[in-house]
Amino acid sequence: MFGLNKKDTTLLIIVAALCAFAPFLLNPFPEGSDMAQFNAGYPDLMQRFVIFGIFAIGFNILFGLTGYLSFGHAAFLGVGSYAAVWMFKLLSMNIIPAIILAVVVSGLFALLIGFISLRRSGIYFSILTLAFAQMSFALAYSVLTPITGGETGLQLALDDPRILGISQTAQGNIPVPGLFGMEMRDSFEWAVGSWLFTFNFGYYICALIMLISFYVSIRIFRSPFGMMLRAIKSNQQRLNYTGLNSRPYTLAAFVISGMYAGLAGGLMASMDPLAGAERMFWTASGEVVLMTILGGAGTLIGPILGAGMIKYMENIISKINETILHEWFYWMPDGIEDLLVAMVYPFIGKGWHLTLGIIFMLVVIFLPGGLVEGGQRIANLFRRRKAKKDDTKGTTEPAE
Amino acid sequence: MGILEVKNVGKRFGGLQALGDVNLSVAENSVHAIIGPNGAGKSTLLNCFVGKLIPDTGSVMFDGQSVLGRSPHEINQMGISRVFQTPEIFADLSVMENMMIPCFAKRDGAFEMNAISSIGSQKDILERAEHMLEDMNMADKQHMHAGSLSRGDKRRLEIGMCLSQEPRLLLLDEPTAGMARADTNNTIDLLKQIKDTRDITIAIIEHDMHVVFSLAERITVLAQGTPLVEDTPENIKGHPKVREAYLGESA
Repeated sequence: MFGLNKKDTTLLIIVAALCAFAPFLLNPFPEGSDMAQFNAGYPDLMQRFVIFGIFAIGFNILFGLTGYLSFGHAAFLGVGSYAAVWMFKLLSMNIIPAIILAVVVSGLFALLIGFISLRRSGIYFSILTLAFAQMSFALAYSVLTPITGGETGLQLALDDPRILGISQTAQGNIPVPGLFGMEMRDSFEWAVGSWLFTFNFGYYICALIMLISFYVSIRIFRSPFGMMLRAIKSNQQRLNYTGLNSRPYTLAAFVISGMYAGLAGGLMASMDPLAGAERMFWTASGEVVLMTILGGAGTLIGPILGAGMIKYMENIISKINETILHEWFYWMPDGIEDLLVAMVYPFIGKGWHLTLGIIFMLVVIFLPGGLVEGGQRIANLFRRRKAKKDDTKGTTEPAE
Repeated sequence: MGILEVKNVGKRFGGLQALGDVNLSVAENSVHAIIGPNGAGKSTLLNCFVGKLIPDTGSVMFDGQSVLGRSPHEINQMGISRVFQTPEIFADLSVMENMMIPCFAKRDGAFEMNAISSIGSQKDILERAEHMLEDMNMADKQHMHAGSLSRGDKRRLEIGMCLSQEPRLLLLDEPTAGMARADTNNTIDLLKQIKDTRDITIAIIEHDMHVVFSLAERITVLAQGTPLVEDTPENIKGHPKVREAYLGESA
């Protein structure tokens, strides 16, 4: 289907199903129960899952295929956000022109940075991209304040021109981003018993765009271009002595992944129309590296899993506080309760980074292929067990 | 006029004169060996042919065009393919994919943005790569990881990858270095077969006299960065100067 082989089609359908049913899957616990705080099925977080999924899918095209580790991809995300917000300010609140401009501008920006950074490889390439991203961050924060809004960030205002739209609504408010009459924040809530499921229009737009991005990335992985990128990672010297110029290949991969980042930035601004320089900060660049490695660099679905996992921890584990811990352990004797709370406390709330760090370390050491490798190992285990069962059947039967 | 004309090539690394004044002519469709003791400048010379090094003086002409100042991929596209001392293949890719890449380079040139069509739809490339693997007796290994091949098979694959580009000049840098006797003989047979069945010029740098004398039609002896003698294998064997410089007094 769609020019994909059976395995890839299955993968695409699974991801599509996960996206479509995410409001159910992420809300497994009834409202008001103790476990409800682990529910992630609210629009804001679901949007973030798929937007960072797009960011990581794009990053994986560069890092997973060519092995070039960019440490400045957040710059493209930031540029995409700024471009989208400017479109909202100047043109209209329709998200389509905003997203298109975000992708185009970040693509051009990636072309410039990639052209310079790709003169070096390995650690020097990483440092160059990091330097460019930090320069962009510093510029956005200070000198470029008229374009970026500086410290406060770029926000919409009542007196923005919006030549194809309206400057302000009839009630005198700033209009919200939408798509042909539908607003991104439109939600439909469905209560089933004590469960509450939220279906958000913005989330489904993001999910649809992520599916398209995922499909394009599968096509790239399976194309001759993708094979050349893997060849660059494997042995660049052989590639050059085989009459192929690695520079345009890596640059194309860099620009494509920059455009993915810009798309993610544009979508972020479409869901919440503001953009700040902190989106370009180096920790944001590091985050997408973590997502890709955690999920499995070079695999198709890995980056999406990694993005989902990190965003889940960032939003859910960080919300657990000391009071909640005491509620969990209240049935224990007092001394042990306090001890347990004291032991778990560093890993929750603001300490969620510690949990993430430990998980990341365990994955890198024991599952170098990321969560995808973990999944494969479990699948193999079951397959082997099944094969063994068949074997014993096969050997015992003739004996009877 | 040979297909490869080297005139007055000199290369200096700091205080070391790696190549003095090298003149060399490789005739078309011949097998030309360059031999010499360690540090004679053989590899330096070869690197000047493929764009890895640029000589300080002199000229290197391939088929009437200068190769100097061109990058490796441009020189390859002119028709020079190179086999490395330790086999350089795409170890993370399958044997089939390894063979497809040079086929793409031959068909599409140095860069082609072919990101939408699937590999499976490239029938001509698949056919060509399969054919080449059969030629190399490796068709049964096409789904293997290239990195898991034996040393001899890696060499075979690398030579096959070079040949699939139909180069006019094949450069081999000590193709049997570090190989077991059986693998060395296999490689010699393969190169003999290539020489007999294809219109191709082969220039080979080698240490192993067995390999040199079973393949070469002409031999250049390099010592301390300058060519000592150039002659047929029969004459080189008995040449006193060569014995002295290369084989040692006792030989």
